[in-house]
Amino acid sequence: MTDSPNLKTTPLTALHESLGGKMVPFAGYMMPVQFPLGVLSEHRHTRAKAGLFDVSHMGQLRIDGHDAGSRLETLVPGDIVGLGTGRMRYTQFTNADGGILDDLMVTNAGDHLFVVVNAACKEADTALLKGSLGKAVVELPDRALLALQGPAAEGVLKTLAPAAAEMAFMTYAAMDVAGIPCFVTRSGYTGEDGYEISVPADRAATLAEQLLAHPDVEPIGLGARDSLRLEAGLCLYGHDIDTTTSPIEAALTWSIGKRRREEGGFPGAVRIQSEIANGPARRRVGIKPEGRAPAREGTEITDADGRAIGQVTSGGFGPSVDGPVAMGYVETGFAKDGTAVQLVVRGKPMPARVTRLPFVAPGYKRG
Amino acid sequence: MTVKYTEDHEWVRVEGGVATVGITDHAQEQLGDVVFVELPDTGQTVARGDASGVVESVKAASEIYAPVSGEIVEVNQALVDTPGTVNSDPTGAGWFYKIKFSDPSELDGLMDEAAYKAHAGG
Repeated sequence: MTDSPNLKTTPLTALHESLGGKMVPFAGYMMPVQFPLGVLSEHRHTRAKAGLFDVSHMGQLRIDGHDAGSRLETLVPGDIVGLGTGRMRYTQFTNADGGILDDLMVTNAGDHLFVVVNAACKEADTALLKGSLGKAVVELPDRALLALQGPAAEGVLKTLAPAAAEMAFMTYAAMDVAGIPCFVTRSGYTGEDGYEISVPADRAATLAEQLLAHPDVEPIGLGARDSLRLEAGLCLYGHDIDTTTSPIEAALTWSIGKRRREEGGFPGAVRIQSEIANGPARRRVGIKPEGRAPAREGTEITDADGRAIGQVTSGGFGPSVDGPVAMGYVETGFAKDGTAVQLVVRGKPMPARVTRLPFVAPGYKRG
Repeated sequence: MTVKYTEDHEWVRVEGGVATVGITDHAQEQLGDVVFVELPDTGQTVARGDASGVVESVKAASEIYAPVSGEIVEVNQALVDTPGTVNSDPTGAGWFYKIKFSDPSELDGLMDEAAYKAHAGG
C-alpha cells in the first residue's frame, strides 16, 4: 500500500484490512474499493441477500431548534417543514444559479433534524449550514455510518433489533441494535431494501462484526456501491450532479414539494421555478448501449447524424443488468424513452437508446 | 517456446514465428472482474505499440498494445462471450490474439520473467 499521510480512516478501517479489503483513497479517506469476493459478486450478493457498506466517511450533522426545518428550507428546495416526525427526505443544497452544491438526506428526528451529506462536500456543507443557521448546527464526528442493503437486510437486522422490521421505507427510529444505541433509517443508495445505521464510532466495529457474522451478509466495497447505485438510477455528486446542473435538469423535480415549487425561497429558485414551468434545456436520462462495450463518464453522446447532444456522467457495467449501463445529460428533445442515440467510445460511434431509470426494479419496502 | 513480457503487463508467448498475447495475472488482479473484451480483426496488420484491443473491468478500461509488429492471425473469440476467463485463466484460456511477427528483433526489447516480476513489484 502506498503511504497516505493525509488520508483519514474510519472506525472500520482496521476491520476492512483484516477482511482483505483493497484500500484506495476516496474523498480524503482510505476506503475499501472491493473485498476478496470482487465487485461483480459483491454487487450480485447485495441484490440477492445483504451487503454491509461502511459509509462512515459521509458527514453526519444535527440541526437543533423548533424552527430547524424552516431555516434549512432557505438552503434546499425540498419540503422540510412538511416532513413528519420519524420521516426522511432526499434534497439538495442549491446555489444562487440553481446549481447543486451537494445532495443530502434530511430526517425529522423529533426534537432535531438529522442530516447526512457527502464526504467530499461535508466541510463546505458544514460551513454553509453554520453560516446560515449558526449554533443550531452540530457536527457528529463521533458517529460511524453503516449501510445494510439487500432483500435479506430486514431478516438480518431484526435478529439484533426486532423493531427495525416494522419500519417503512424512508423512516427513522432511534433504537438499540445489539444493545448499542443507534439511529436507524430504512433507506440506502443501492435500489434495494435496507437500512443505514448511525452508530457511536467506538462501537461501530463491534456492530459491523455482529452483522457480518450473519451468513447472509458480506462486506461490500465502493466499486459495487457505485454499480448498484448506477443501476438504481441514483445520482453520484460530482459526476451526475454538480454546480453546473440544476435539480430539474438532473430529473430530481420529484424531490421538490408542491409548496416549495410555488413559494420558492431557496437559492436559485428563479431558475428552478422557470425550468419547472418551461422545461430545462437538457435532462439527465438513462442510456443503454446496444452492444457490450461500456461507455464511461465523459463519453460524448451524439444524434444519429453525429451531432453532439450531451455527455455520459456515469457509465460502466451493470452486473444485474448483465450489460453496460450509463446515465448522462442530453438535449431535452432527445430525452424521450427509446430515443436512438450514439455513444462515441474510443472514437467509434456505438448505438444506444435513451431508457427510463432505474435499470433494475427497486426493492424498497413501501409503508 | 519463450514467454516475454511488456511494460503494459502483457505476456507474449513465442512459438515459431507466432506470438500469443494476453495480460498477466498481475494485470487481471489489478483490473478486477473483466466484463468486456474487444479484439482486433484477424488479418489486421499492427505496428508495435498500436492499440490492438480493449479489456474492461467493472472499474476501468485498458487498451491492449501490440507487443510486436505483424499480422493478427487468430483471435480468442470466446472471450467476447466469457470475458471472465481473463480473470480465471489469464495466461491460458484467457489469451487475446496471435500475431505473426514481422521483425523478430522486436522481441529482444521485451522483458523476461525475472525482469517483469521486478517491474510488477515482485
